[in-house]
Amino acid sequence: MRRVAVLGGGHSKFCFNSPKTSVEMLSEVAMDAIIESNLKPQDIQAINVGNVLGDFSEGQGMVQSFFANDIGCFNVPASRFEGACASGSLALRDAFIWVASGYYDIVMVGGVERATAMGTALATRTFAMFGDSRYEFPAGFTFPAAFALLAHLYADRYRIPLERLKEQMAAVSVQSHEYGMKNPNAQIHKLISKEDVLNSFMVTTPIQLQDACPFSDGAAAIILASEDVAKKLTDKPVYIKGIGQSSSGKLSSQYKFLPRLRARELASEQAYKMAGLTPNDIDVCELHDCFSIAAIIAAEGLGFFEFGKAGEAWEKGETRLGGKIPINISGGLKAKGHPIGATGISQAYELTRQLRGLMVDQGRQVDGARYGLMDTLGGDGVLVSIIFAAE
Amino acid sequence: MEYKLTFKDYSKALKKDKLMGLKCNDCGNVTCPPMMVCHACAGTNQEVIELAGTGKIVTFTTSYINSEGREGEIPITIVMVELDEGPWIMGNLIDIDPRTIGMDIIGKRVRLGHKVFPGDKYSAGDAARPVFSFAV
Repeated sequence: MRRVAVLGGGHSKFCFNSPKTSVEMLSEVAMDAIIESNLKPQDIQAINVGNVLGDFSEGQGMVQSFFANDIGCFNVPASRFEGACASGSLALRDAFIWVASGYYDIVMVGGVERATAMGTALATRTFAMFGDSRYEFPAGFTFPAAFALLAHLYADRYRIPLERLKEQMAAVSVQSHEYGMKNPNAQIHKLISKEDVLNSFMVTTPIQLQDACPFSDGAAAIILASEDVAKKLTDKPVYIKGIGQSSSGKLSSQYKFLPRLRARELASEQAYKMAGLTPNDIDVCELHDCFSIAAIIAAEGLGFFEFGKAGEAWEKGETRLGGKIPINISGGLKAKGHPIGATGISQAYELTRQLRGLMVDQGRQVDGARYGLMDTLGGDGVLVSIIFAAE
Repeated sequence: MEYKLTFKDYSKALKKDKLMGLKCNDCGNVTCPPMMVCHACAGTNQEVIELAGTGKIVTFTTSYINSEGREGEIPITIVMVELDEGPWIMGNLIDIDPRTIGMDIIGKRVRLGHKVFPGDKYSAGDAARPVFSFAV
């Protein structure tokens, strides 16, 4: 298996009500990635795209072929990946395997979503399609509800008074908004306080509006290449050092592990093992904070904190710049935004820039970062972990 | 290989307040909702059984939002219930004001009934769902 490097990337500003189509959003970031990689469209040998709900939001399926044509990647094989909010990460992991195997030398990976075009009611309905449609949706299942069920279960299992857990959850959102202020691509540029979180609209107990990421529009793209190609094109390659992916069934079927998500623990174990690293080696992490409680559960499942203790870590600042493990220094899904097909690619884009030391101007560089871990969750059934290395 | 217990048959039984599942003749595990294989050992030597329909609440949420077309159902309380036979299933909780529900309902014993979700344009038909009330 060959080493695989990340070349350049492109990242749109995440937003509400994008005036651009999905094809346009994706084409723009893809061209940025090609230019930054010192390549031309005809150098791209294959394209993987994460896109989840184009069919519902724009009546546009098969966005991968249309955008490939728009950017002059004529007739290039282009594939769409669907794993709910982890779609981009599935596309990325698969592209890694193609390049590592030697089949392709240069593959572009992109992701795009235009979820806000659906409006909140249809968006809530379509997102709920990534829960079990027959055995769980009829009960009123939505994604906020899934994580609300996990939040109460978490409080019960770890014997944390709900009021304390709510404060810890609020600390997650407050931190994300603080770093989102420093990210020009973030959807939300607004500081919030613990009180703002605790006074916001109750979505589904105990999750309030400011515990939840927004619906988002946006796109991101990166280009992967074999090590020998990368060394000719860039003097700062970042390598993919470990990958992991795992799946699981409907939420209730995971009862032996909840509130832990076993698929995450398995996916990250694969990635750590492949990289020859442990959680202690990771310098910066982008994890899937679709809800504040989701971030807490993720940070524990990835091995950064003991079970039941991650909320305290956020309160103590251990997840900030200079802390034990800087997490979501991009603003996370909460403030940066969560255009679901693009989210995994956005995480990869962020980490490769952290590992290249390019975040100094934005005031959010993790000093000397060598290893970065990304974690993406799709529905309640897909987990992807990818480790990047600056060497 | 065919399913021993399909969604259609599960839903049909639930409309009569009967909760059906699968018992594994190899390891003894009970799987509910049904799957192709045993949830514990992945074996296929299973038989269809009727469960007691009783258990305890393990977690809950009261939702003030819902999907398009279901706004009329809010506020709605969703629970996960640990059945006496072991597995957890998702359903709704009734016979209580959703606005008053707190952590103290975790552990409370409940009994199964049902309600039919009529379906929407994406759901390929109706679906019975478990609806729980407090067991006396």
